[in-house]
Amino acid sequence: MDQNENLDLSDDEKKLFEDLMPEDLTEILDTGVNRRHFLKLMTLAGGGVLAAQSAVAEQLFTKPISGAMPEELSAAAIENGVNLALNVNGSARKLTVDSRMTLLDTLRERLDLTGSKKGCDHGQCGACTVLVNGQRVLSCLTLAASCEGKTVKTIEGLAQTGTGRSRAGDSGAQLHPMQEAFLKHDGFQCGFCTPGQICSAVALLDEARRGDASYVTENVRRKTGPVQLSTEEIRERMSGNLCRCGAYPNIVAAIQEVHSGKPVEQTFRFSA
Amino acid sequence: MRPFTYTRAKDPAAATQALAGNPTARFLAGGTNLIDLMKEDVERPTALVDITNLSLAEIKPITAGASKGGLSIGGLGKNTEAANHPLVRQHYPLLSQAILAGASGQIRNMATNGGNLLQRTRCPYFYEVSMPCNKRAPGSGCGALEGINRLHAIFGWSEKCVAVYPSDMAIALAALDAVVRVRTASGQERSIPFADFHRLPGNTPEQDTNLAHGELITAIDLPQNRFADRSYYLKVRDRASYAFALLSVAAALEVSETGNRIVQARIAMGGVAHKPWRALTAEKMLIGQEATPANFKRAADAEMAAAQPLEHNKFKVELGNRSIVLALQMALNGGKA
Ligand SMILES: Cc1cc2nc3c(=O)[nH]c(=O)nc-3n(C[C@H](O)[C@H](O)[C@H](O)COP(=O)(O)OP(=O)(O)OC[C@H]3O[C@@H](n4cnc5c(N)ncnc54)[C@H](O)[C@@H]3O)c2cc1C
Ligand code: FES
Ligand code: FES
Repeated sequence: MDQNENLDLSDDEKKLFEDLMPEDLTEILDTGVNRRHFLKLMTLAGGGVLAAQSAVAEQLFTKPISGAMPEELSAAAIENGVNLALNVNGSARKLTVDSRMTLLDTLRERLDLTGSKKGCDHGQCGACTVLVNGQRVLSCLTLAASCEGKTVKTIEGLAQTGTGRSRAGDSGAQLHPMQEAFLKHDGFQCGFCTPGQICSAVALLDEARRGDASYVTENVRRKTGPVQLSTEEIRERMSGNLCRCGAYPNIVAAIQEVHSGKPVEQTFRFSA
Repeated sequence: MRPFTYTRAKDPAAATQALAGNPTARFLAGGTNLIDLMKEDVERPTALVDITNLSLAEIKPITAGASKGGLSIGGLGKNTEAANHPLVRQHYPLLSQAILAGASGQIRNMATNGGNLLQRTRCPYFYEVSMPCNKRAPGSGCGALEGINRLHAIFGWSEKCVAVYPSDMAIALAALDAVVRVRTASGQERSIPFADFHRLPGNTPEQDTNLAHGELITAIDLPQNRFADRSYYLKVRDRASYAFALLSVAAALEVSETGNRIVQARIAMGGVAHKPWRALTAEKMLIGQEATPANFKRAADAEMAAAQPLEHNKFKVELGNRSIVLALQMALNGGKA
């Protein structure tokens, strides 16, 4: 166990807390916040904002986290550690995670794969969509601990490495056709929802090939093998991915192009 | 999230034993409801027992016993698989539709059939831990009774709780008279008819179902029926997709081959009560009648006459009435309006 575990807050820390939320301090101290929880809380609140509010904050922040590399979190930061071996984007990864850690946080905070986004953290937006064993799932509601032995693919793993026309920088990687189509159709504005949209869309292609039905499928009793999806079908099947920028028409066009294998006209025009 | 231990159960016996010894332990299936509620601090388990590796996912015909000729759906199968299984699509299209009406592709890939039945209410007062809620904190009061209750119950509520039960899948299962198969903590098997599975709130709204702590849902049995040609799941919501039901109706009809007489009718409603609400009054009225819009309307009127709406959900009475009529009409026409 870490030595800090049961220590009370230092005077500096108390002062910082007081600056931030004076009316809460006594209550918080009475209910027994220990130093580790305090530091966690501060990390959650975001260093930058705090530093601007209090000079002590900066000093404090350099203390506990210095030297901690993503994959070598000190044991003290982990409660109920679970040893985990999984395959992420083709590489075998081994790490110990806190039992509470979601797959999303593991990807972003421990494995440096920040493509998958945290939009809501409650299953309501789809920004965190990744493929686990080939199926689209929400990484924010998946415990990392439950991914033992599984294969995870994120937006970073969709492009083919190796030869081919390069759009993905210097790596010589060839983008996934869905990524190409999102570019062609301008399937995004701010881009925050895009990794989730693309992972979701890639899985949707497989589901259509498998002949899966949706709520708008006219006759679920007819199972006919691969299905050609209408725009209405694509919209329904993509409804788990929200886009605050409202790029929906372009997203649907991009997916329809890859799904149908035929060029789809862009819904946007460049101004003259 | 509060700390908890995580273990994987290797077989059903180990799973039920792990819970039997610890009242604050929970099964973890798809996690789509439990993990969310843990993040909200509504659920506070000290131990999670991951049951997703148990081999209880199979969908298979029932060859013996009371439900012979029906279909058994594994408790740990995924919602996506159940909805798309050829036998479910062919013989229980109502169930496929209801599952597909719920959540999103991603969530249905994670959600299990057993977990779906045990998802908890979406009442905002239940979710917000600073609010009173008898379901979350017995004795603290019901915030919704005299609060904002647009989403709440119009049937079967009590002063203690006016929450509604959110599952779509379960509404179809109620209409289909499914049976929930359970493994008890001591290793016995027991079967719970669907109508007895979920509870009305009464004085103990903290208890959603009649499942005891540590009991494991192993399968859901669907009896054989003659509804496959004429059933429909109608879901009404605030946006077109990826939203819980304001109100829903699972309707199934068996109509005589000669003439247009109703032999059997099943109507279950979602979004109106603390459990799937079987519209038994309407069902009874329809039997032996001609399948006409006028008769559907008379049955709907009779059912909805017993509704007890709250301040903000009076609209659900008229909505329920029209939804029953439309769902029956859609069912009669094999899914088309
Ligand atoms: C954004 C969002 C939108 C949604 N929209 C809809 C919707 O429109 N319609 C709808 O119907 N649902 C909807 N859902 C809910 C979803 O369907 C449920 O969360 C899901 O079905 C729960 O299944 P699970 O396997 O993930 O359960 P878990 O979250 O793993 O478990 C739920 C509960 O059941 C217990 N449990 C699980 N399996 C068993 C078992 N075999 N035996 C005994 N106990 C068990 C667990 O201990 C836990 O208490 C939505 C969810 C989200 C997050
Ligand atoms: S971050 Fe997972 S669904 Fe929004
Ligand atoms: S592109 Fe901005 S949220 Fe979708």
